[in-house]
Amino acid sequence: MKTGFYPGCSMKGSAREYSESLLAVARELGRELPEVPDWNCCGATAAHNIDTDLALALPARILAAAEKDGMNEVLVPCAACYSRLSVTRHELLDDEALRNKISGLVEADYQGTAKVVNIIEWLASIPDLEAWVKKPFAHRVACYYGCLLVRPPGVVKFDRPEEPQSMDLLLKKMGAEPIDWAFKTECCGAGFSVSRTDLVAKLSGLILEDAVSRGAEAVIVACPMCHLNLDMRRPQIEKQVGKKINIPVIYITQALGLAMGIPARKLGLQRHKVAVKLSPRTAES
Amino acid sequence: MRSDTDIQQDGKVLSDRVLEKTGVAVARCYQCGKCSAGCPLASEMDFPPSQIMHLLQLGDFPEMAEKALRSHTIWLCLTCEICYARCPMEIDIPKVMDALRHESLAQKKVNPKARGILAFHRAFLDSVRYTGRLFEMGQVIDYKLRSGHFLQDLLQAPWMFFVGKLHLLPERIRDRRLLGRIFARIAKTRENRP
Repeated sequence: MKTGFYPGCSMKGSAREYSESLLAVARELGRELPEVPDWNCCGATAAHNIDTDLALALPARILAAAEKDGMNEVLVPCAACYSRLSVTRHELLDDEALRNKISGLVEADYQGTAKVVNIIEWLASIPDLEAWVKKPFAHRVACYYGCLLVRPPGVVKFDRPEEPQSMDLLLKKMGAEPIDWAFKTECCGAGFSVSRTDLVAKLSGLILEDAVSRGAEAVIVACPMCHLNLDMRRPQIEKQVGKKINIPVIYITQALGLAMGIPARKLGLQRHKVAVKLSPRTAES
Repeated sequence: MRSDTDIQQDGKVLSDRVLEKTGVAVARCYQCGKCSAGCPLASEMDFPPSQIMHLLQLGDFPEMAEKALRSHTIWLCLTCEICYARCPMEIDIPKVMDALRHESLAQKKVNPKARGILAFHRAFLDSVRYTGRLFEMGQVIDYKLRSGHFLQDLLQAPWMFFVGKLHLLPERIRDRRLLGRIFARIAKTRENRP
């Protein structure tokens, strides 16, 4: 069983702490995560907005490269990349003529043997994760899934589209207390971070206000876009809602890393816009 | 109920072309409005998603198809997939939005309010075309040039650099020639489309 790693562009730049924390955790767990050879960008929102063939070709080249390298599955921690790769695999396996056409475009014989796996699935597949927890992450957390981990359900076939539980279960294993809240799968504004920051501030503001009002101490995310909008866009969000919001936004791999006793710096916590200051406490449940 | 002034291509109205490109039959929509209720940006749109579906259903009237293609909605759609997940008829509305965007682009009917969003997408794809990956700083500069929003986020850059999130040089993949060929082939098929 060979698991490849597709970081995607964000994890090499604005979301580098997601990559740092994932690799730190993987090292500790003794899991190797070789990158997909010579991977390219998945095309993100831009490609499918402009051209369907391009939106399928870019992920197909990545998946074909993973396949050629003998990878049985590809871990795609960015929820947006995960969506594009999952949609492509789904559509190409569903339609042989389309598969042949796209294979021709990318000069590879794409078969679809490499499965696409998200970060929650990968972490949930590690047996006895609890046994690795040295310092329980004893905080009330709002698990924020965002859009693309659970939707469209017919494509990702992962958890349930409304009120998902998989991330909550993982956080419980880390010693956290996940809260019930209303914005688990609402959109943060995603790819509009630069082009329509005003809309991102509005949508992200609603998400953070709900998490805070229900007593969460941190928002846990599994997507660089969600993190960018909820953390780096905090000044714009605060302007939008007219008040200060201090709640930190933490990648699931950072929370796990802290629970495993990995130093905060190795998890890239110093790179956040909103300081990660969590007062030590014991979870009530 | 077709008039002589129909805007048709290959004798097909817009909903037929959407069906051909996406396999989605908009006639199946019975206007329950669940998509518009769940859409995070419905309040910002000129037509919420269910109304776009209705415009397509009335697409025999050319002015209806025209409204859909010139709408701000199709560019505001975030592809968050909430409409599709909740649609009782399992209509893939985001896919319809993609098809409408492509047609709106091809017919040069992009809503003027969506220029910034489109400039961002184009800058993004240019970065991918030449380096194989997204070069965040290069893309943002390209976007500023295209959109004219020069001052936006200017103060963000020093902070990003300080925390090590901003790279000054792009990461480039080895097989950039293949990327070039893929983009060229796709541009060619797009030209040959009716």
